[in-house]
Amino acid sequence: MDIHEYQAKKILSGFGVTIPRGGIAYSPENAENKARELGGSKWVVKAQVHSGARGKAGGIIICNSSLEVAQAADKLLGKKLITNQTGPEGKITNRVYIEEATDIKKELYLGLVFDRSSESIMVVASTEGGMSVEEISKKKPETIIRSKIEVAVGMQKFQAREIAFGLKIEPNLIARAADTIIGCYRAFSELDATMVEVNPLVISNQDQILALDCKMSFDNNALFRRNQVSELRDKTQENPNEVYASDRGLNYVSLDGNIGNIINGAGLAMASMDMIKLAGGEPANFLDVGGGATPEKIVKAFKLISMDEKVKVILVNIFAGINRCDWVAEGIVQALEKIEIKVPIVIRLAGTNVEKGNKILKESKIKYIEANTLEDAANKAVKALGN
Amino acid sequence: MSVLIDKKTKIIVQGFTGKMGSFHAEEMIKYGTNVVGGVTPGKGGMKHLNLPVFNTVKEAVKNTGASASILFVPPAFAADSAMEAADAGIKTCVAIVDGIPSHDMIKIKRYMRRYSRTEKMTLVGPNCAGVISPGKAMLGIMPGHIYKEGKIGIIGRSGTLGYEAAQQLKNLNIGVSTSVGIGGDPINGSSFKDILEKFEEDDETEAVLMIGEIGGPQEVAAGKFAKENMKKPVIAYIAGLTAPKGRVMGHAGAIVSAYGESAVEKVELLKECGVIISKNPSVMGETVKSALNSKI
Repeated sequence: MDIHEYQAKKILSGFGVTIPRGGIAYSPENAENKARELGGSKWVVKAQVHSGARGKAGGIIICNSSLEVAQAADKLLGKKLITNQTGPEGKITNRVYIEEATDIKKELYLGLVFDRSSESIMVVASTEGGMSVEEISKKKPETIIRSKIEVAVGMQKFQAREIAFGLKIEPNLIARAADTIIGCYRAFSELDATMVEVNPLVISNQDQILALDCKMSFDNNALFRRNQVSELRDKTQENPNEVYASDRGLNYVSLDGNIGNIINGAGLAMASMDMIKLAGGEPANFLDVGGGATPEKIVKAFKLISMDEKVKVILVNIFAGINRCDWVAEGIVQALEKIEIKVPIVIRLAGTNVEKGNKILKESKIKYIEANTLEDAANKAVKALGN
Repeated sequence: MSVLIDKKTKIIVQGFTGKMGSFHAEEMIKYGTNVVGGVTPGKGGMKHLNLPVFNTVKEAVKNTGASASILFVPPAFAADSAMEAADAGIKTCVAIVDGIPSHDMIKIKRYMRRYSRTEKMTLVGPNCAGVISPGKAMLGIMPGHIYKEGKIGIIGRSGTLGYEAAQQLKNLNIGVSTSVGIGGDPINGSSFKDILEKFEEDDETEAVLMIGEIGGPQEVAAGKFAKENMKKPVIAYIAGLTAPKGRVMGHAGAIVSAYGESAVEKVELLKECGVIISKNPSVMGETVKSALNSKI
């Protein structure tokens, strides 16, 4: 789960990381008042959307008067911001963050992620802040510092100091920089995060060390014990069909093609999509109804796919184990009696009681194309596109 | 032979008296698995499915001599149960449960570092279908009848895609020595490499089919291991050609975030290691068959 910049900053400040003073606003008037409350003569108005690269997309505006702050807020609020990470559909800006401007002396990069090879938390840092980490690793790979943290004992001061010295921070600021790095580590480890990225981490002309921009993601599997994190979820930042799916226990990812999929199991779903591609088609989605493929889940899956206007053919591929094909087939028949589907449906059943399952489908009133193997199913789905 | 479990392996079920635990324990017993009891804290002394229930794994091991366990406990308590099994001397533990936090998985693995290599438990999963040695024993939730007894080792992340492979093999009259589901999570108990190592040592496994997917370094690490240490052929299929970068595809671990983690890159890197690639998921069985033929 992702959260907004201002939420991430608030979390980090609770772990001793210094952030610029700021406040959230939902309207231009609100924004203007916030600027006045903050005082000073220069502010930054930042669109709060779940995406990086907001600056280049026009989502970050520097203002020299409270009137300009109101104008900037007006320009951003209620509009879709399209960045190179959001896709062409963009993401809606429902709130803006008003922050006092910072005089920047130095911009650094600080990120924390899980390292799957060593199964530990990895700190990645660089003197080249402001660029994305992908860009840094292409253009200035020699500046990248990596430090593996042993999670059983947590980050040690010396490790944080080593990173800070590696970032060429002046000696009088090392202790404060180390505290900042440890604060980020603690937030990661204590809140079940999967990513913390402070980019840039800046040193101001006043020698403050500040998290100027920040992104955090969290482990969905751990949200049950992190109420203070899960309540930060902002569904307006997610694809509506994906929200619909996740609220109903379905694993769904919206894609660009026109062949909709209903499959049990994530691996089989990816494999079926691969077969569609090899057959010359493009999948409209990834959809895993779960290994069990219960009738309730199948009904929900058909409803979800029928909401997607791109879909011109639906491919159902269920490998039944303990849940037998006859039971799955009854679920499909029930679903199609409830929901009207106007596009061709290709169904491939496999596994336990496959003959019984196919018989139930054949004897029902539903219109569908029967397929026997993975390959057969993909070919028939692509062929059905042309009919 | 087989790896991890065979006909004699004594098995206990953790979370025995729950709905899931009861259902799958019965299926495992029907398959012929030597289930000797179970653990549900607070229900020790009871009988369930005609088998003894214990309060702790230690008591269960002491009284039954069990060496393997399967976990049917909710994700929030799974790490605790896995560590309890490790501490009680269980040698193979399968965690079926989906939804264990990554931080908990790391904790389990750090905890297990206290045991020497010979004493250390093999944890399989989580978020997997389990382990089956066809004709001998089933420590999982798979449909046993789709697996034919034989000489191919299977290692896979996905349950249903593993079933698909087993069925393709069966249709070609090829059997399986053991099938191990290592699960779809980013941090798992056993990696592809860990299980490859066991198959290489197993006398009756002739070749290994690895069913991988996008995300993480494990498939490629296994390929390197195979190149340097294995005599048996390794066949692989990698799912997720069409998966977009940066999106989680159902399995928490199925996300491309670095070089070498997409399906195309993994296939290239595996080829360099001499791994035989099944070019699509409908020819996994045929690719194994032709690898066996060219071996002779």
